[in-house]
Amino acid sequence: MALVNVTINGVSVQAENGALLIEVAKQNGIEIPAFCYYEGMSLQAACRMCLVEVEKAPKLMAGCTLPVAEGMVVRTESEPVVKARKTTLEFLLSNHPLDCPVCDKGGECELQDMTFKYGVGESRFTEAKQHVPEKQWSPVVFYDAPRCILCYRCVRVCNEGMGVGALGVSNRGVYSEIIPSHGDHLECDECGSCIDICPVGSLTSGTYRYKTRPWEMEHVGTVCTHCSNGCKTTLGVRNNEIVRGNNRDRSGINGEFLCVKGRYAFDFNHHPERLQTPLIRNAAGELEEASWSRALKLVAEKFKALAGPKFGVIGSTRTTNEENFLLQKFARTTLGTANIDHHRSGDVVALVDSLSGKTGQLGTVEDIYTAKAVLVVATDLSQQHPLLANKVRANFRHHKAAVYAVTPGPVREDKIARKFIRAAEGESIAAVEQLREDLTKAGDLVILFGDSIQGDKVRQLVAFGESLGIPVKYVCLVDYANSRGAMDMGVLPDLGPGYHATAPGLNLQQMLEATDLAALWVVGANPLKGGKTLASKGAFVVVQDLFLTETAQRADVVLPAGSAYEKNGTVTNVCGQVQRIKKGIETVGSKADLAIIGLLARGMGVSLGAVDADTIFAEIAATVPGYGQLPMPIILTGGAAQTHPVNGRVPASTVPGNISSSRDTLFTTGSLTRYSKILNEVLEKPGALYS
Amino acid sequence: MKQFNEPSPLETRIISFRFGLENSASIDTYLAHDGYKALRKALEMTPDDVINEVKASNLRGRGGAGFPTGLKWSFVPRASEKPKYIVVNADESEPGTCKDRLLIQNDPHQLIEGVLLGAIAVGAKKGWIYIRGEYNYLIAIMDKAIAEAYKSGFLGKNICGSEFEFDLYTHTGAGAYECGEESALLESLEGKRGVPRIRPPFPAISGAFQAPTLLNNVETFCSVPAILRMGGAAYSDLGVPKSGGTRMVCMSGHVNKPGVYEVPLGFPMMKFVNEIGGGIWKGRQLKAIIPGGSSSPLLTAEECDIPMDYDSIAKAGSMLGSGGLMVMDETTDMVKLALRIMRFYQHESCGWCIPCREGTTWLKKMLQRVTDGHGQTRDIDLIGDLAANMLGRTFCPLGDAAAMPTIAIVKKYRNEFEAYVAKNPFAVSDLVSIS
Amino acid sequence: MTFSPELEAKFADLVTHYPEGRQRAALIPMLMFGQDEIGSVTQEMMEELGRRLELSTMQVDEVVGYYSMLHKKPMGKFHVQVCTNVACMLRGGAELYDHACHKLGLGHKEVSADGRISLEEVECIGACSWAPAIQVNYDFHHEVSTDQLDTILEGLEK
Repeated sequence: MALVNVTINGVSVQAENGALLIEVAKQNGIEIPAFCYYEGMSLQAACRMCLVEVEKAPKLMAGCTLPVAEGMVVRTESEPVVKARKTTLEFLLSNHPLDCPVCDKGGECELQDMTFKYGVGESRFTEAKQHVPEKQWSPVVFYDAPRCILCYRCVRVCNEGMGVGALGVSNRGVYSEIIPSHGDHLECDECGSCIDICPVGSLTSGTYRYKTRPWEMEHVGTVCTHCSNGCKTTLGVRNNEIVRGNNRDRSGINGEFLCVKGRYAFDFNHHPERLQTPLIRNAAGELEEASWSRALKLVAEKFKALAGPKFGVIGSTRTTNEENFLLQKFARTTLGTANIDHHRSGDVVALVDSLSGKTGQLGTVEDIYTAKAVLVVATDLSQQHPLLANKVRANFRHHKAAVYAVTPGPVREDKIARKFIRAAEGESIAAVEQLREDLTKAGDLVILFGDSIQGDKVRQLVAFGESLGIPVKYVCLVDYANSRGAMDMGVLPDLGPGYHATAPGLNLQQMLEATDLAALWVVGANPLKGGKTLASKGAFVVVQDLFLTETAQRADVVLPAGSAYEKNGTVTNVCGQVQRIKKGIETVGSKADLAIIGLLARGMGVSLGAVDADTIFAEIAATVPGYGQLPMPIILTGGAAQTHPVNGRVPASTVPGNISSSRDTLFTTGSLTRYSKILNEVLEKPGALYS
Repeated sequence: MKQFNEPSPLETRIISFRFGLENSASIDTYLAHDGYKALRKALEMTPDDVINEVKASNLRGRGGAGFPTGLKWSFVPRASEKPKYIVVNADESEPGTCKDRLLIQNDPHQLIEGVLLGAIAVGAKKGWIYIRGEYNYLIAIMDKAIAEAYKSGFLGKNICGSEFEFDLYTHTGAGAYECGEESALLESLEGKRGVPRIRPPFPAISGAFQAPTLLNNVETFCSVPAILRMGGAAYSDLGVPKSGGTRMVCMSGHVNKPGVYEVPLGFPMMKFVNEIGGGIWKGRQLKAIIPGGSSSPLLTAEECDIPMDYDSIAKAGSMLGSGGLMVMDETTDMVKLALRIMRFYQHESCGWCIPCREGTTWLKKMLQRVTDGHGQTRDIDLIGDLAANMLGRTFCPLGDAAAMPTIAIVKKYRNEFEAYVAKNPFAVSDLVSIS
Repeated sequence: MTFSPELEAKFADLVTHYPEGRQRAALIPMLMFGQDEIGSVTQEMMEELGRRLELSTMQVDEVVGYYSMLHKKPMGKFHVQVCTNVACMLRGGAELYDHACHKLGLGHKEVSADGRISLEEVECIGACSWAPAIQVNYDFHHEVSTDQLDTILEGLEK
């Protein structure tokens, strides 16, 4: 790209020929204010705030649509420019209602900021303002037309960013208004992107309205606990309650993106049914509240007595790496059992094995955004992996990536795909083969595949990828916030942390079907969901969880556990990227799973060393292949670092049928989201996959 | 069909000479009066030669902007991967303008021939005539002429037995002044809201359906057959340097003989008003003239003794524009005029950009309040100031079109605003501004 | 929904006027002609045209709201449009409109109780040299005095 010399405010700078002036200015530390210009979205030049003086131009030019050229001389703070900004803001404020005292956006409003910085001090407007009543379009989205500045960011983020297109604009002139997909209400992903991107308080959140002021909240950057994509979410916490979640600081792998779960479904955390006291099944067969000390004492005694090969442990897909690591270590060494498993939703093991001898072929979230081609196999990304779907779409929009989809039913990627093929699960590999010619010309490729690609099919898919003659990276899709971490940490019956072989035990299916289990310890999981039963009627069952799930209802002892928002630690996303979660809140009476394990060990007279997230993470880094060279500064400052799992053959041990995705949707995640008020209020039915 | 005013002997009828003929819209009448001769001539010329003839004619856009037509035609790239299109702007919504309507109604084949000449010049094969929704009756007239042209081999494949082919269609608007702006028209043609586009790229590069497009006003296209027949230089000589040929001027307002008259560029404005228009009606005096549609700033009677060509009127601080010449006598209330003009722009503002949508609304409310008798002295300067804050800042020229007339009226008739304020019993002459 | 056979034929022809894959261009003509037949732009019409042109109903709604001549609320069988813009104002257009309001007992965009007549104050309709001008539906009437307006209104079929 040729460089040109441009002078801005008397300073000579270099820029790529044809780059937008507003971006060149930004790169050189000069702010050109704008409402409608938004990085990553189509250009508008509507708000006129970015007008600047360009020598030899007959009038002020919009910096957001002006490509720089050699010798261009620009002034961004000259008198005409300052006057233009002042008066444009004055025009905008003429109709904008003075709602600051009651508007949610007050304190973080771009119009307020701009007015302070560039506006006039006095209002000369003495006419009546246009007014129409506020509207509610969904449980989540409210629209106040008088406050709307018609920057169209919401329309663009929904259409371009999300690929949904649920917002439009109707009427004309000063009567223009944003309109929702269905006349008077919205039917969409309810992701709330429109609300967060709105520079003013025109679009507001139904869950956050009127609750607080932004400066009254403590903001905690952590990772969403729902799907496996690992979006950073910044929780706004006030008086020990999570009031909102967003990612407006654009940190993390997701930038500003969050789906409805990441933004709103934190509300399961303070559902009235949250367990806050341990429960012990009494002689009459009912679960009865008990003190922590009594419950822990009972469980420790039982564990000591029942330890051995008849002990089963079912781990979690959403507890931290530290908790998972400690759990499997505790199970194998202290409890003397190899019967440890979790709900596996993708065949990561087969993928790691297939890539034996190769390096750098596991795709990150960023890879999905930068690859020249993306192939989506047997999955509905928009339903189950909203961030990944967003990255695919952004890659297509910004880089014109070649997208291909091989799925049983229609998916949103069809609209941007060069080719899409309908293939029943089980027939995906044959269908993928039809794309061979297209893909060999692709440059480079990322392949994402769902749970029906398991065992040998994974090997076939990798063999296909490796035969294309171009660089290929793979992403094995798994369901939950730490599904990948559970695998990496060896919550598996025959593989230890880092996928090294161990003496085999029973898998989850087998544990449920065994008739002679003496004890079953379920941590953060609900294997008896959907009417499943535990064959061992006599087993002593201990459940650690947030709610009285189906499994907890079978338990002999229930221990109230903390959610991911209530502890520190790390989790690993679907792409193998590790991120730190940060404690933001506490539910009185519950304890983090890590703490519970430590207390049980102590009760059994066993020392596990220091039981805290940092110490255990250090142990993980020292002993688990793949977690060794993680750049700590990145993780500690809230970034994501990719792990590099063992590079070598991994013995396959999958029992057919043991790996299956829950096929969650945008509005469901396992058992947690049943307790999210907002997810249950939204009109949209949790979509069947591919519909 | 009756044409709407008696022709004047002082006219020079180059493009309106068939008005008033029996069945003037029919192809037979057209062919009997030099019809499609220019087309046959152009089919023997190179595209560049056609463009050069138009350049030599000094024809300038007749829709309002007055951009040199030959130059505009030369912007359409010779080579293009995409097909090229012609779009005729028959949106005619500039207040004061009613000429394109007559050209389509009375001489539709002339427009067809002009379009074909443009198509030859740029290599286009398809075109649309975008007709404003209110001119619904013209659709049948135009479609009939198009059908006649197809039948006689002037449209479709192998036009006049040559390799040249062209398809032409009518397309209706639905009531939006902004759709007269060329990029907004293209958006409307594509079935969207009539909001203008970011330019560059201009329509010549990315126009209808994002393909290279030649877009001109009805009258501009209608002038080209005559140019080809008589030669560009001869056409140019009818007018004055840099404003070649003749144009339709729509005289309206306080004159005895309002009507649409075709005169050479450079025709003296007062002669036009007095000798063609029969002078001010009811024995009154001239107060002011809006020369080129409501977007052009008005000229006081003292300023009107000028020739009607693009440059002379621009020098006087206004525009020849769309040729909508509106004459006002001494009874005209200038404040109400300012209000009515601002009401128009406020109603038509597409709403895309802040200064126009908010500025026109604010100004309309202020002007309404002043005419209602609740004005303050500071309002007078504020009106001028707000209008000046819209000027040059908007996404399209509608903002300028609203601002410039307002600034002119306030400047030239300040006393009338002061009179309104004086009638307000609650007017405070020394309202203090904190700035 | 379907339109009359004539209109269906017109629509079928209309979509062929535009380049391949750009049939959305037919939307505004279809809305106008559809409104002429049905009386207004109904929800049903928006959904139907959206279906035919592969647009969501919302996308059609965006367009309908922009254009002055498209009405979701039906106007009268005879929609009287009186121009009060500059050229007409100079020749009595404002008084003519006032007269119409009083004569019909209707305000701007109001419809008579029997649905027969509606009134609208409109912007320039392109008849400036023959002002004051009105339209009744699509029909122009030029140089209309208040008496002539009365005659026109009385002459409208019952």
